[in-house]
Amino acid sequence: MAELQGPNLAGKVVIITGAAGGLGAAAARQVVAGGGKVVITDVQEELGAKTAAELGDAARFHKHDVSDPAQWQAVVDFTVAEFGAVDGLVNNAGVTAGGPFDVESLENFERVIKINLTGVWIGMQAVIPFMKAHGGGSIVNISSAAGLMGLPYTGSYSAAKWAVRGMGKTAAIELAPFKVRVNSVHPGMIYTPMTAVVGIQPGEGNYPKTPMGRAGEAEEVGSAVAYLLSDASSYVTGAELAVDGGWTVGPTVQNVVEG
Amino acid sequence: MTTLSGKVAVVTGAARGMGEAEARLFVERGARVVMTDVLEEEGRAAAEKLGGAARFVRHDVSSAEDWARVVETAVAEFGGVDVLVNNAGLLRHALLMEETAENLDRILKVNLFGAFHGIQAVVPAMKARGGGSIINISSLAGLQGIPRHAAYGASKWAVRGLTKTAALELGEDGIRVNSVHPGAVDTAMLGRTVERGRGGFPAVPLRRVGEPEDIGELVVFLASDASSWMTGTEFVIDGGSMSGIVPPMRAE
Ligand SMILES: NC(=O)c1ccc[n+]([C@@H]2O[C@H](COP(=O)([O-])OP(=O)(O)OC[C@H]3O[C@@H](n4cnc5c(N)ncnc54)[C@H](O)[C@@H]3O)[C@@H](O)[C@H]2O)c1
Ligand SMILES: NC(=O)c1ccc[n+]([C@@H]2O[C@H](COP(=O)([O-])OP(=O)(O)OC[C@H]3O[C@@H](n4cnc5c(N)ncnc54)[C@H](O)[C@@H]3O)[C@@H](O)[C@H]2O)c1
Repeated sequence: MAELQGPNLAGKVVIITGAAGGLGAAAARQVVAGGGKVVITDVQEELGAKTAAELGDAARFHKHDVSDPAQWQAVVDFTVAEFGAVDGLVNNAGVTAGGPFDVESLENFERVIKINLTGVWIGMQAVIPFMKAHGGGSIVNISSAAGLMGLPYTGSYSAAKWAVRGMGKTAAIELAPFKVRVNSVHPGMIYTPMTAVVGIQPGEGNYPKTPMGRAGEAEEVGSAVAYLLSDASSYVTGAELAVDGGWTVGPTVQNVVEG
Repeated sequence: MTTLSGKVAVVTGAARGMGEAEARLFVERGARVVMTDVLEEEGRAAAEKLGGAARFVRHDVSSAEDWARVVETAVAEFGGVDVLVNNAGLLRHALLMEETAENLDRILKVNLFGAFHGIQAVVPAMKARGGGSIINISSLAGLQGIPRHAAYGASKWAVRGLTKTAALELGEDGIRVNSVHPGAVDTAMLGRTVERGRGGFPAVPLRRVGEPEDIGELVVFLASDASSWMTGTEFVIDGGSMSGIVPPMRAE
């Protein structure tokens, strides 16, 4: 796909969690392409370091488990030490659910909630003091189309993603006086390592369930994230941005149910 | 059982389909009903079956003058108006690029202007009774986009919005206004034959097509005092399809 022309992020310092690969790495590339600096965090050390190295001097990797509060302070301190600020946070790290309701274990449910929901909450708590004290910031939480509608076999995942959507709204209201904006991005079916394992393929016609007929590419979500991080979205807070090829708009022409 | 004892209702488009079912359930629960429709023969027959508690008035909802006659009938025959169901509706499928302005106009006249004239016509009578309940039948096409439903969808989203403003303005008069959003219901409008009952309609989680009485029971509830603190709300009744992506039916 053609090179996307992203928003201006000159001077912005952004933390992106779970950015070793997939959507997080694509968002990191957009931040650097827009002139910003990025701290990539992930539990995957080798891939994370490689992704950061590819982006040169504007990127750093920091090993980090988003569900551990102690590690969050280290990430914030590291970012300030390396780049002097925290202007943006993208809560992107996530894991998938463990199957149908009658199959998923309580352990897995708790694990998904801990990473996809509690991790987002701790992350916001960790950066808010710095952002408040330094004139504001932008927090982008990666929810999902599964946070806009029900999606079979994703019980724990959709619970976490709906919760992130709701929590972001409360945060947006509380933090607006401090010029901290909070928005959620809702990717539809995007071709990444997460969806490749369930057989998603890129390219025209490969995903007829969505009106555009194809799965999205990571860069297409990255550019939406970059927009929300940039000053181009300075009056946008508490919003839900679906990046889903029209998936949640309604049925496709092919799949329409009359009524 | 929810009672509508003592209430007088106007149900539009009541010659058949959902409107007929609503009128029938209203009478069963003790209400008296003015049934209106452009289909004179069918409407008259439907009202006769319900006996002395029902009257039929030939009525085009898109005409403001016709509305005055409907309200006069309700007041003269039954003493007032407590409930209005804006149910009459028209659907024509067309791709957006093939839709005509004439057809858009025709659909808006019935589905949107019909509800608008209806609200304006009944509110004075409802105020005289100290309050009332207005139920606007929108659709799933008023909650999401549906291909080939551009004109219909525009009208049903508009009805949803009209409902909200009406609820805000009329609340102080004790008049409640809500919208109902049915999924596929087995009526003439569905335009095809579907077997009723479990398994007959795999497209929705409950795996059956809606029946007019399913919607009728919800409308009875909204007409009754059991829903007395509900206004400005959207009631989805669709066998679960708006919950999200519907999984394929399990193999037996
Ligand atoms: N790909 C899609 O179609 C899609 C759709 C909707 C939402 N999303 C969401 O987008 C985000 C990114 O997903 P992706 O598709 O790029 O998948 P991905 O699996 O490539 O990326 C997720 C990353 O998070 C990391 N991670 C997992 N647990 C972590 C933890 N405890 N701490 C730190 N990092 C951790 C993983 O190592 C991985 O690199 C996720 O929140 C996901 O739920 C993806
Ligand atoms: N059947 C469905 O699947 C479905 C789904 C969602 C919403 N709806 C809505 O439910 C309502 C009832 O529809 P139905 O399914 O019973 O269909 P229907 O066609 O059986 O009933 C509609 C009735 O409205 C009458 N009508 C049409 N134009 C009129 C006018 N100008 N003045 C007075 N009456 C008029 C028709 O003669 C008919 O009797 C409609 O508003 C429709 O849009 C239906």
